[in-house]
Amino acid sequence: MRTVSAAETAPTTHPWVVHAEQLRVRAGRHLAVDGLDLALGNGVHGLLGPNGAGKTTLMRALATVVEPAGGRLTLLGESVDGRGDYRKVRRGLGYLPQQFGFYPRFTVREFVEYMAWLKEMPKTAVPGAVQRAIERVGLADRADARMKTLSGGMLRRAGIAQAIVNDPAVLLLDEPTVGLDPEQRLDFRELLRDFGVDSCVLVSTHLVEDVVAACTDVVMMNEGRLLFQGTPEALIAQGSEGDAGDSPAERGYSALLRRHRAEAAA
Amino acid sequence: MTGHPSPSVISRYAGGDLDLDEATLWSVEVHLEECADCRARLAGSAPGDVVALLERVSAGVELQVAAGPAPARRRWSARRHRWLVWRLVPWLTMTATVLGCAVLLQALRPSLPSLVLLLAPVAPLPGVAVAWSRGSDPAWELVASTPAAGLSLLLRRAAAVLAVIVPVLGLASNRTGVSLALALSPCLAFTTMAIALGVVVGVRRAAIGLAAAWGLVVALPALLTADLPVLLRPGGIAVWVLVTVASAGFAVTRADRFRRLSSRN
Repeated sequence: MRTVSAAETAPTTHPWVVHAEQLRVRAGRHLAVDGLDLALGNGVHGLLGPNGAGKTTLMRALATVVEPAGGRLTLLGESVDGRGDYRKVRRGLGYLPQQFGFYPRFTVREFVEYMAWLKEMPKTAVPGAVQRAIERVGLADRADARMKTLSGGMLRRAGIAQAIVNDPAVLLLDEPTVGLDPEQRLDFRELLRDFGVDSCVLVSTHLVEDVVAACTDVVMMNEGRLLFQGTPEALIAQGSEGDAGDSPAERGYSALLRRHRAEAAA
Repeated sequence: MTGHPSPSVISRYAGGDLDLDEATLWSVEVHLEECADCRARLAGSAPGDVVALLERVSAGVELQVAAGPAPARRRWSARRHRWLVWRLVPWLTMTATVLGCAVLLQALRPSLPSLVLLLAPVAPLPGVAVAWSRGSDPAWELVASTPAAGLSLLLRRAAAVLAVIVPVLGLASNRTGVSLALALSPCLAFTTMAIALGVVVGVRRAAIGLAAAWGLVVALPALLTADLPVLLRPGGIAVWVLVTVASAGFAVTRADRFRRLSSRN
Protein backbone atom coordinates (compact mmCIF):
# COMPACT_ATOMS: atom_id res chain seq x y z
CA MET A 1 0.00 0.00 0.00
CA ARG A 2 1.34 3.44 -0.89
CA THR A 3 0.08 6.96 -0.98
CA VAL A 4 -1.02 8.10 -4.41
CA SER A 5 0.13 11.63 -5.11
CA ALA A 6 -2.09 14.26 -6.70
CA ALA A 7 0.18 14.30 -9.77
CA GLU A 8 -0.57 10.65 -10.43
CA THR A 9 -4.32 11.03 -10.38
CA ALA A 10 -4.37 14.27 -12.37
CA PRO A 11 -6.05 13.84 -15.77
CA THR A 12 -3.71 13.91 -18.74
CA THR A 13 -4.12 16.91 -20.99
CA HIS A 14 -2.17 15.57 -23.95
CA PRO A 15 -3.86 13.51 -26.67
CA TRP A 16 -0.82 11.31 -27.38
CA VAL A 17 1.91 9.99 -25.14
CA VAL A 18 4.39 10.19 -28.02
CA HIS A 19 3.71 12.63 -30.82
CA ALA A 20 6.13 13.34 -33.65
CA GLU A 21 5.36 15.70 -36.51
CA GLN A 22 7.71 15.84 -39.49
CA LEU A 23 10.46 14.68 -37.15
CA ARG A 24 13.99 14.68 -38.51
CA VAL A 25 16.91 13.20 -36.58
CA ARG A 26 20.52 12.85 -37.64
CA ALA A 27 22.73 9.87 -37.02
CA GLY A 28 26.13 11.43 -37.57
CA ARG A 29 25.82 13.33 -40.86
CA HIS A 30 23.11 11.06 -42.23
CA LEU A 31 19.47 12.04 -41.77
CA ALA A 32 18.26 8.71 -40.40
CA VAL A 33 14.75 9.85 -39.50
CA ASP A 34 13.43 12.11 -42.23
CA GLY A 35 9.97 13.61 -41.89
CA LEU A 36 8.35 11.04 -39.62
CA ASP A 37 4.78 11.54 -38.40
CA LEU A 38 3.89 9.31 -35.52
CA ALA A 39 1.29 9.35 -32.76
CA LEU A 40 1.31 6.71 -30.05
CA GLY A 41 -1.03 6.23 -27.12
CA ASN A 42 -0.93 3.63 -24.36
CA GLY A 43 -0.40 0.05 -25.44
CA VAL A 44 2.39 -2.07 -26.87
CA HIS A 45 3.67 -0.80 -30.21
CA GLY A 46 5.96 -2.97 -32.26
CA LEU A 47 8.46 -1.05 -34.38
CA LEU A 48 9.40 -2.98 -37.52
CA GLY A 49 11.63 -2.11 -40.41
CA PRO A 50 14.67 -3.29 -42.33
CA ASN A 51 18.22 -2.52 -41.18
CA GLY A 52 19.01 1.16 -41.58
CA ALA A 53 15.35 2.18 -41.50
CA GLY A 54 16.08 4.61 -38.66
CA LYS A 55 14.56 2.60 -35.84
CA THR A 56 17.46 3.01 -33.42
CA THR A 57 17.85 6.70 -34.23
CA LEU A 58 14.13 7.22 -33.62
CA MET A 59 14.45 5.38 -30.29
CA ARG A 60 17.37 7.60 -29.31
CA ALA A 61 15.42 10.73 -30.15
CA LEU A 62 12.42 9.51 -28.15
CA ALA A 63 14.76 8.72 -25.23
CA THR A 64 15.99 12.37 -25.44
CA VAL A 65 19.55 11.13 -26.02
CA VAL A 66 19.93 12.89 -29.36
CA GLU A 67 18.44 16.21 -30.32
CA PRO A 68 15.97 16.29 -33.23
CA ALA A 69 17.31 18.16 -36.25
CA GLY A 70 13.86 19.40 -37.20
CA GLY A 71 10.15 18.95 -36.78
CA ARG A 72 8.28 18.64 -33.53
CA LEU A 73 8.49 15.97 -30.87
CA THR A 74 6.18 15.89 -27.87
CA LEU A 75 6.55 13.35 -25.08
CA LEU A 76 3.98 13.12 -22.30
CA GLY A 77 2.65 16.51 -23.37
CA GLU A 78 6.05 18.22 -23.02
CA SER A 79 7.87 19.50 -26.04
CA VAL A 80 11.35 18.04 -26.54
CA ASP A 81 12.99 20.60 -28.77
CA GLY A 82 16.39 21.32 -27.27
CA ARG A 83 15.14 24.01 -24.93
CA GLY A 84 13.64 23.81 -21.48
CA ASP A 85 13.97 21.22 -18.78
CA TYR A 86 13.74 17.54 -19.68
CA ARG A 87 13.71 16.25 -16.14
CA LYS A 88 9.96 15.80 -15.92
CA VAL A 89 9.83 13.87 -19.19
CA ARG A 90 12.90 11.80 -18.33
CA ARG A 91 11.46 10.71 -14.99
CA GLY A 92 8.71 8.98 -16.95
CA LEU A 93 11.09 7.29 -19.40
CA GLY A 94 12.47 3.78 -19.48
CA TYR A 95 15.04 3.06 -22.17
CA LEU A 96 16.99 0.03 -23.25
CA PRO A 97 19.51 1.00 -25.92
CA GLN A 98 20.57 -1.37 -28.65
CA GLN A 99 24.23 -1.23 -27.68
CA PHE A 100 23.75 -1.48 -24.02
CA GLY A 101 26.79 -0.28 -22.10
CA PHE A 102 27.18 -1.23 -18.47
CA TYR A 103 29.72 -1.14 -15.71
CA PRO A 104 31.29 -4.62 -15.57
CA ARG A 105 32.20 -4.50 -11.88
CA PHE A 106 28.67 -3.66 -10.73
CA THR A 107 26.37 -6.41 -9.56
CA VAL A 108 22.96 -6.55 -11.23
CA ARG A 109 21.37 -5.05 -8.14
CA GLU A 110 23.90 -2.24 -7.89
CA PHE A 111 23.45 -1.45 -11.57
CA VAL A 112 19.66 -1.27 -11.34
CA GLU A 113 19.96 0.73 -8.10
CA TYR A 114 22.34 3.17 -9.75
CA MET A 115 19.91 3.63 -12.64
CA ALA A 116 17.02 4.11 -10.18
CA TRP A 117 19.09 6.77 -8.45
CA LEU A 118 19.83 8.48 -11.78
CA LYS A 119 16.10 8.40 -12.53
CA GLU A 120 15.60 10.40 -9.33
CA MET A 121 13.33 7.90 -7.65
CA PRO A 122 12.52 8.59 -3.99
CA LYS A 123 15.25 7.03 -1.85
CA THR A 124 12.85 4.94 0.20
CA ALA A 125 11.22 3.44 -2.90
CA VAL A 126 14.48 2.33 -4.52
CA PRO A 127 15.28 -1.04 -2.80
CA GLY A 128 11.75 -2.38 -3.24
CA ALA A 129 11.45 -1.19 -6.84
CA VAL A 130 14.86 -2.67 -7.70
CA GLN A 131 13.96 -6.07 -6.25
CA ARG A 132 10.60 -6.04 -8.06
CA ALA A 133 12.19 -5.12 -11.40
CA ILE A 134 14.82 -7.85 -11.06
CA GLU A 135 12.16 -10.41 -10.18
CA ARG A 136 9.99 -9.39 -13.11
CA VAL A 137 12.76 -10.17 -15.57
CA GLY A 138 13.58 -13.42 -13.79
CA LEU A 139 17.07 -12.51 -12.58
CA ALA A 140 16.42 -12.77 -8.84
CA ASP A 141 18.83 -15.69 -8.44
CA ARG A 142 21.64 -13.72 -10.13
CA ALA A 143 20.89 -10.37 -8.47
CA ASP A 144 24.22 -10.27 -6.66
CA ALA A 145 26.32 -11.57 -9.55
CA ARG A 146 28.64 -9.14 -11.29
CA MET A 147 27.53 -7.86 -14.66
CA LYS A 148 30.66 -9.17 -16.37
CA THR A 149 29.78 -12.75 -15.36
CA LEU A 150 26.35 -12.66 -17.05
CA SER A 151 25.51 -14.26 -20.39
CA GLY A 152 24.14 -12.21 -23.27
CA GLY A 153 20.50 -13.01 -22.54
CA MET A 154 20.94 -12.24 -18.84
CA LEU A 155 22.56 -8.90 -19.69
CA ARG A 156 19.63 -8.08 -21.90
CA ARG A 157 17.27 -8.90 -19.03
CA ALA A 158 19.31 -6.76 -16.65
CA GLY A 159 18.89 -3.98 -19.20
CA ILE A 160 15.14 -4.51 -19.25
CA ALA A 161 15.14 -4.42 -15.43
CA GLN A 162 16.81 -1.01 -15.36
CA ALA A 163 14.34 0.26 -17.97
CA ILE A 164 11.25 -0.75 -15.99
CA VAL A 165 12.54 0.06 -12.50
CA ASN A 166 10.77 3.44 -12.38
CA ASP A 167 7.44 2.15 -13.79
CA PRO A 168 7.86 4.41 -16.81
CA ALA A 169 4.98 5.97 -18.71
CA VAL A 170 7.03 5.63 -21.90
CA LEU A 171 9.03 2.41 -22.21
CA LEU A 172 11.44 2.26 -25.15
CA LEU A 173 13.06 -1.10 -25.82
CA ASP A 174 15.50 -1.40 -28.69
CA GLU A 175 15.93 -5.05 -29.70
CA PRO A 176 15.06 -6.42 -26.26
CA THR A 177 14.63 -10.05 -27.37
CA VAL A 178 18.16 -10.52 -28.72
CA GLY A 179 19.76 -13.41 -26.83
CA LEU A 180 16.60 -14.50 -24.99
CA ASP A 181 15.69 -18.17 -25.16
CA PRO A 182 12.16 -19.16 -26.30
CA GLU A 183 10.85 -19.51 -22.75
CA GLN A 184 12.20 -16.14 -21.71
CA ARG A 185 10.68 -14.59 -24.79
CA LEU A 186 7.27 -15.87 -23.71
CA ASP A 187 7.79 -14.35 -20.24
CA PHE A 188 8.93 -11.15 -21.86
CA ARG A 189 5.76 -10.95 -23.96
CA GLU A 190 3.77 -11.29 -20.74
CA LEU A 191 5.75 -8.40 -19.25
CA LEU A 192 5.05 -6.28 -22.32
CA ARG A 193 1.32 -6.93 -22.07
CA ASP A 194 1.40 -5.94 -18.38
CA PHE A 195 3.10 -2.66 -19.17
CA GLY A 196 0.92 -1.94 -22.19
CA VAL A 197 -2.14 -1.64 -19.97
CA ASP A 198 -1.26 1.77 -18.58
CA SER A 199 1.88 2.92 -20.38
CA CYS A 200 3.16 3.43 -23.88
CA VAL A 201 5.61 0.70 -24.85
CA LEU A 202 7.60 0.91 -28.08
CA VAL A 203 9.52 -2.25 -28.94
CA SER A 204 11.89 -2.29 -31.86
CA THR A 205 12.53 -5.75 -33.22
CA HIS A 206 13.25 -7.82 -36.29
CA LEU A 207 11.06 -10.69 -35.14
CA VAL A 208 7.69 -10.24 -36.78
CA GLU A 209 6.10 -13.03 -34.74
CA ASP A 210 7.00 -11.23 -31.48
CA VAL A 211 5.11 -8.20 -32.73
CA VAL A 212 2.06 -10.18 -33.71
CA ALA A 213 2.01 -12.08 -30.42
CA ALA A 214 2.55 -9.26 -27.95
CA CYS A 215 1.76 -5.94 -29.60
CA THR A 216 -1.53 -4.10 -29.89
CA ASP A 217 -0.21 -1.94 -32.67
CA VAL A 218 2.39 -2.25 -35.43
CA VAL A 219 4.52 0.67 -36.57
CA MET A 220 6.59 0.04 -39.67
CA MET A 221 9.18 2.41 -41.02
CA ASN A 222 11.57 2.47 -43.92
CA GLU A 223 14.24 5.02 -44.88
CA GLY A 224 13.30 7.31 -42.03
CA ARG A 225 9.61 7.52 -42.84
CA LEU A 226 6.49 5.92 -41.49
CA LEU A 227 5.32 3.18 -43.82
CA PHE A 228 2.44 1.64 -41.97
CA GLN A 229 0.66 1.90 -38.64
CA GLY A 230 -2.17 -0.40 -37.61
CA THR A 231 -3.13 -3.52 -35.74
CA PRO A 232 -1.30 -6.82 -36.29
CA GLU A 233 -4.41 -8.04 -38.12
CA ALA A 234 -4.15 -5.12 -40.53
CA LEU A 235 -0.51 -6.04 -41.15
CA ILE A 236 -1.49 -9.63 -41.87
CA ALA A 237 -4.20 -8.40 -44.26
CA GLN A 238 -1.54 -6.62 -46.34
CA GLY A 239 0.02 -9.89 -47.46
CA SER A 240 -1.22 -12.55 -49.82
CA GLU A 241 -0.18 -16.15 -50.48
CA GLY A 242 2.26 -15.12 -53.17
CA ASP A 243 4.42 -12.96 -50.88
CA ALA A 244 7.68 -14.05 -49.30
CA GLY A 245 7.53 -15.22 -45.70
CA ASP A 246 6.67 -18.24 -43.57
CA SER A 247 3.81 -16.75 -41.53
CA PRO A 248 0.90 -14.48 -42.47
CA ALA A 249 2.50 -11.58 -40.62
CA GLU A 250 5.84 -12.06 -42.38
CA ARG A 251 4.02 -12.10 -45.72
CA GLY A 252 2.27 -8.86 -44.76
CA TYR A 253 5.62 -7.32 -43.80
CA SER A 254 7.36 -8.28 -46.99
CA ALA A 255 4.39 -7.22 -49.12
CA LEU A 256 4.38 -3.75 -47.55
CA LEU A 257 8.12 -3.39 -48.02
CA ARG A 258 8.03 -4.61 -51.61
CA ARG A 259 5.20 -2.25 -52.50
CA HIS A 260 7.01 0.69 -50.90
CA ARG A 261 10.23 -0.08 -52.76
CA ALA A 262 8.36 -0.39 -56.05
CA GLU A 263 6.74 3.02 -55.44
CA ALA A 264 10.09 4.56 -54.54
CA ALA A 265 11.69 3.17 -57.71
CA ALA A 266 8.84 4.36 -59.94
CA MET B 1 -7.70 18.95 23.15
CA THR B 2 -7.80 20.37 26.64
CA GLY B 3 -5.66 17.79 28.41
CA HIS B 4 -4.87 14.13 28.90
CA PRO B 5 -7.83 11.76 29.15
CA SER B 6 -8.38 10.35 32.62
CA PRO B 7 -6.86 6.95 33.46
CA SER B 8 -10.30 5.44 33.78
CA VAL B 9 -11.22 6.53 30.24
CA ILE B 10 -7.96 5.09 28.93
CA SER B 11 -8.52 1.76 30.64
CA ARG B 12 -12.09 1.65 29.28
CA TYR B 13 -10.68 2.43 25.80
CA ALA B 14 -8.08 -0.30 26.20
CA GLY B 15 -10.74 -2.79 27.23
CA GLY B 16 -12.89 -2.00 24.22
CA ASP B 17 -15.74 -0.69 26.37
CA LEU B 18 -18.77 -0.31 24.08
CA ASP B 19 -20.40 2.22 26.42
CA LEU B 20 -17.71 4.78 25.65
CA ASP B 21 -19.41 7.38 23.44
CA GLU B 22 -18.04 8.07 20.03
CA ALA B 23 -16.89 11.63 20.64
CA THR B 24 -14.76 10.55 23.58
CA LEU B 25 -13.44 7.60 21.63
CA TRP B 26 -12.27 9.84 18.81
CA SER B 27 -10.69 12.42 21.06
CA VAL B 28 -8.85 9.69 23.00
CA GLU B 29 -7.60 8.20 19.75
CA VAL B 30 -6.39 11.54 18.40
CA HIS B 31 -4.69 12.28 21.70
CA LEU B 32 -2.99 8.90 21.81
CA GLU B 33 -1.45 9.49 18.43
CA GLU B 34 0.37 12.52 19.77
CA CYS B 35 1.06 11.70 23.41
CA ALA B 36 3.68 9.10 24.26
CA ASP B 37 2.88 9.22 28.01
CA CYS B 38 -0.75 8.28 27.43
CA ARG B 39 0.29 5.54 25.05
CA ALA B 40 2.45 4.12 27.82
CA ARG B 41 -0.51 4.35 30.20
CA LEU B 42 -2.67 2.60 27.60
CA ALA B 43 -0.16 -0.24 27.35
CA GLY B 44 -0.21 -0.59 31.13
CA SER B 45 -3.99 -0.69 31.41
CA ALA B 46 -4.66 -3.22 28.65
CA PRO B 47 -6.58 -6.26 29.89
CA GLY B 48 -4.77 -9.55 30.35
CA ASP B 49 -6.11 -11.33 27.28
CA VAL B 50 -5.06 -8.45 24.99
CA VAL B 51 -1.55 -8.47 26.46
CA ALA B 52 -1.35 -12.23 25.98
CA LEU B 53 -2.51 -11.90 22.36
CA LEU B 54 0.07 -9.19 21.63
CA GLU B 55 2.81 -11.31 23.16
CA ARG B 56 1.83 -14.28 21.08
CA VAL B 57 1.83 -12.17 17.91
CA SER B 58 5.19 -10.60 18.63
CA ALA B 59 6.73 -13.99 19.42
CA GLY B 60 5.38 -15.32 16.12
CA VAL B 61 6.71 -12.37 14.15
CA GLU B 62 10.14 -12.69 15.76
CA LEU B 63 10.23 -16.38 14.95
CA GLN B 64 9.49 -15.65 11.28
CA VAL B 65 12.04 -12.85 11.14
CA ALA B 66 14.69 -15.19 12.57
CA ALA B 67 13.79 -17.91 10.06
CA GLY B 68 13.84 -15.59 7.02
CA PRO B 69 16.90 -14.36 5.12
CA ALA B 70 19.19 -11.88 6.86
CA PRO B 71 18.62 -8.27 5.84
CA ALA B 72 20.96 -7.06 3.12
CA ARG B 73 23.98 -5.25 4.45
CA ARG B 74 23.85 -1.51 4.12
CA ARG B 75 26.40 -0.76 1.50
CA TRP B 76 28.69 2.16 1.15
CA SER B 77 26.76 4.58 -1.03
CA ALA B 78 29.88 5.88 -2.76
CA ARG B 79 30.16 2.50 -4.43
CA ARG B 80 27.78 3.76 -7.06
CA HIS B 81 30.66 5.82 -8.37
CA ARG B 82 32.97 2.87 -8.41
CA TRP B 83 33.15 2.68 -12.21
CA LEU B 84 34.35 6.26 -12.23
CA VAL B 85 37.05 5.37 -9.69
CA TRP B 86 38.36 2.56 -11.92
CA ARG B 87 38.28 4.71 -15.03
CA LEU B 88 40.11 7.46 -13.26
CA VAL B 89 42.82 5.38 -11.60
CA PRO B 90 45.28 5.50 -14.55
CA TRP B 91 44.72 9.22 -15.14
CA LEU B 92 44.97 10.20 -11.51
CA THR B 93 48.04 7.99 -11.05
CA MET B 94 49.64 9.74 -13.99
CA THR B 95 48.80 13.16 -12.55
CA ALA B 96 50.18 12.21 -9.15
CA THR B 97 53.35 10.80 -10.75
CA VAL B 98 53.90 13.95 -12.78
CA LEU B 99 53.46 16.06 -9.66
CA GLY B 100 55.87 13.76 -7.80
CA CYS B 101 58.42 14.18 -10.58
CA ALA B 102 57.98 17.93 -10.35
CA VAL B 103 58.74 17.79 -6.63
CA LEU B 104 61.84 15.67 -7.29
CA LEU B 105 63.09 17.94 -10.06
CA GLN B 106 62.56 20.92 -7.82
CA ALA B 107 64.72 19.29 -5.16
CA LEU B 108 67.45 18.54 -7.69
CA ARG B 109 67.37 21.87 -9.51
CA PRO B 110 66.21 24.58 -7.08
CA SER B 111 66.96 27.23 -9.67
CA LEU B 112 63.91 26.26 -11.77
CA PRO B 113 60.66 28.18 -11.32
CA SER B 114 58.21 26.24 -9.14
CA LEU B 115 57.10 23.31 -11.30
CA VAL B 116 54.32 22.38 -8.91
CA LEU B 117 52.77 25.82 -9.38
CA LEU B 118 53.10 25.55 -13.14
CA LEU B 119 51.43 22.15 -13.15
CA ALA B 120 48.71 22.87 -10.57
CA PRO B 121 46.22 24.49 -13.01
CA VAL B 122 46.24 21.58 -15.44
CA ALA B 123 46.39 18.80 -12.83
CA PRO B 124 42.58 18.22 -12.58
CA LEU B 125 41.94 18.48 -16.33
CA PRO B 126 42.61 14.86 -17.38
CA GLY B 127 40.29 13.57 -14.67
CA VAL B 128 37.53 16.08 -15.48
CA ALA B 129 37.76 15.23 -19.18
CA VAL B 130 37.40 11.52 -18.45
CA ALA B 131 34.52 12.09 -16.03
CA TRP B 132 32.29 13.64 -18.69
CA SER B 133 32.75 12.12 -22.08
CA ARG B 134 30.89 9.49 -24.03
CA GLY B 135 34.01 7.52 -24.78
CA SER B 136 34.88 6.82 -21.17
CA ASP B 137 31.42 6.17 -19.72
CA PRO B 138 30.23 2.79 -21.01
CA ALA B 139 26.63 3.47 -20.03
CA TRP B 140 26.55 7.02 -21.42
CA GLU B 141 23.47 6.34 -23.50
CA LEU B 142 21.57 5.14 -20.44
CA VAL B 143 22.86 7.99 -18.29
CA ALA B 144 21.98 10.57 -20.95
CA SER B 145 18.34 9.51 -20.91
CA THR B 146 17.93 9.98 -17.14
CA PRO B 147 16.76 13.13 -15.37
CA ALA B 148 19.93 13.23 -13.24
CA ALA B 149 22.13 13.79 -16.30
CA GLY B 150 23.15 17.40 -16.21
CA LEU B 151 25.37 19.91 -14.53
CA SER B 152 24.82 18.43 -11.07
CA LEU B 153 26.10 15.01 -12.15
CA LEU B 154 29.08 16.62 -13.87
CA LEU B 155 29.84 18.58 -10.69
CA ARG B 156 29.64 15.40 -8.63
CA ARG B 157 32.14 13.70 -10.89
CA ALA B 158 34.41 16.74 -10.98
CA ALA B 159 34.29 16.83 -7.17
CA ALA B 160 35.38 13.19 -7.09
CA VAL B 161 38.39 14.14 -9.22
CA LEU B 162 39.24 17.13 -7.05
CA ALA B 163 38.95 14.99 -3.91
CA VAL B 164 42.04 13.14 -5.12
CA ILE B 165 43.93 15.96 -6.85
CA VAL B 166 43.66 18.50 -4.04
CA PRO B 167 45.40 16.35 -1.35
CA VAL B 168 48.13 15.41 -3.84
CA LEU B 169 48.64 19.08 -4.69
CA GLY B 170 48.65 19.91 -1.01
CA LEU B 171 51.37 17.35 -0.37
CA ALA B 172 53.42 18.53 -3.34
CA SER B 173 53.16 22.20 -2.42
CA ASN B 174 54.08 21.36 1.16
CA ARG B 175 57.20 19.50 -0.01
CA THR B 176 58.40 22.31 -2.24
CA GLY B 177 57.40 25.04 0.18
CA VAL B 178 55.00 26.96 -2.04
CA SER B 179 51.77 28.44 -0.75
CA LEU B 180 48.83 26.02 -0.83
CA ALA B 181 46.41 28.79 -1.80
CA LEU B 182 48.58 29.65 -4.77
CA ALA B 183 48.51 26.03 -5.95
CA LEU B 184 44.81 25.43 -5.34
CA SER B 185 43.20 28.59 -6.68
CA PRO B 186 44.37 28.07 -10.29
CA CYS B 187 43.49 24.39 -9.97
CA LEU B 188 39.89 25.29 -9.09
CA ALA B 189 39.76 28.04 -11.69
CA PHE B 190 40.84 25.67 -14.46
CA THR B 191 38.28 23.08 -13.35
CA THR B 192 35.43 25.59 -13.54
CA MET B 193 36.80 27.02 -16.78
CA ALA B 194 36.84 23.54 -18.33
CA ILE B 195 33.21 23.10 -17.31
CA ALA B 196 32.21 26.56 -18.55
CA LEU B 197 33.99 26.12 -21.88
CA GLY B 198 32.44 22.66 -22.01
CA VAL B 199 29.10 24.38 -22.52
CA VAL B 200 30.38 25.57 -25.88
CA VAL B 201 32.75 22.90 -27.16
CA GLY B 202 32.27 19.89 -24.86
CA VAL B 203 34.15 19.21 -21.66
CA ARG B 204 36.80 16.96 -23.16
CA ARG B 205 37.78 19.41 -25.88
CA ALA B 206 37.68 22.27 -23.39
CA ALA B 207 40.07 20.41 -21.08
CA ILE B 208 42.49 19.58 -23.89
CA GLY B 209 42.37 23.14 -25.22
CA LEU B 210 42.93 24.71 -21.82
CA ALA B 211 45.85 22.40 -21.02
CA ALA B 212 47.48 23.14 -24.40
CA ALA B 213 46.95 26.88 -24.04
CA TRP B 214 48.39 26.92 -20.53
CA GLY B 215 51.40 24.88 -21.59
CA LEU B 216 52.21 27.03 -24.62
CA VAL B 217 51.34 30.48 -23.34
CA VAL B 218 52.42 30.31 -19.69
CA ALA B 219 54.32 27.18 -18.66
CA LEU B 220 56.81 26.97 -21.53
CA PRO B 221 57.84 30.66 -21.50
CA ALA B 222 58.16 30.48 -17.72
CA LEU B 223 60.51 27.51 -17.99
CA LEU B 224 62.57 29.18 -20.69
CA THR B 225 62.90 32.47 -18.88
CA ALA B 226 63.18 30.74 -15.49
CA ASP B 227 60.75 33.27 -14.11
CA LEU B 228 57.28 32.71 -12.60
CA PRO B 229 54.51 34.65 -14.36
CA VAL B 230 52.60 37.31 -12.44
CA LEU B 231 49.55 35.05 -12.30
CA LEU B 232 51.38 32.56 -10.11
CA ARG B 233 52.62 35.12 -7.60
CA PRO B 234 50.60 35.88 -4.46
CA GLY B 235 48.93 38.84 -6.20
CA GLY B 236 47.42 36.50 -8.78
CA ILE B 237 45.05 34.78 -6.37
CA ALA B 238 42.44 37.52 -6.79
CA VAL B 239 42.46 36.95 -10.55
CA TRP B 240 41.99 33.19 -10.09
CA VAL B 241 39.11 33.69 -7.69
CA LEU B 242 37.50 36.10 -10.14
CA VAL B 243 37.91 33.61 -13.00
CA THR B 244 36.48 30.80 -10.86
CA VAL B 245 33.41 32.79 -9.91
CA ALA B 246 32.82 34.11 -13.43
CA SER B 247 33.17 30.73 -15.14
CA ALA B 248 31.11 28.96 -12.49
CA GLY B 249 28.38 31.58 -12.95
CA PHE B 250 28.47 31.14 -16.72
CA ALA B 251 28.24 27.34 -16.40
CA VAL B 252 25.28 27.59 -14.02
CA THR B 253 23.32 29.87 -16.34
CA ARG B 254 23.85 27.39 -19.19
CA ALA B 255 23.24 24.30 -17.06
CA ASP B 256 20.67 22.91 -19.51
CA ARG B 257 23.40 22.37 -22.09
CA PHE B 258 24.82 19.49 -20.08
CA ARG B 259 21.74 17.30 -20.02
CA ARG B 260 22.96 15.00 -22.81
CA LEU B 261 26.27 14.01 -21.23
CA SER B 262 28.55 16.03 -23.43
CA SER B 263 26.30 16.55 -26.41
CA ARG B 264 29.27 18.10 -28.13
CA ASN B 265 31.95 15.58 -27.24
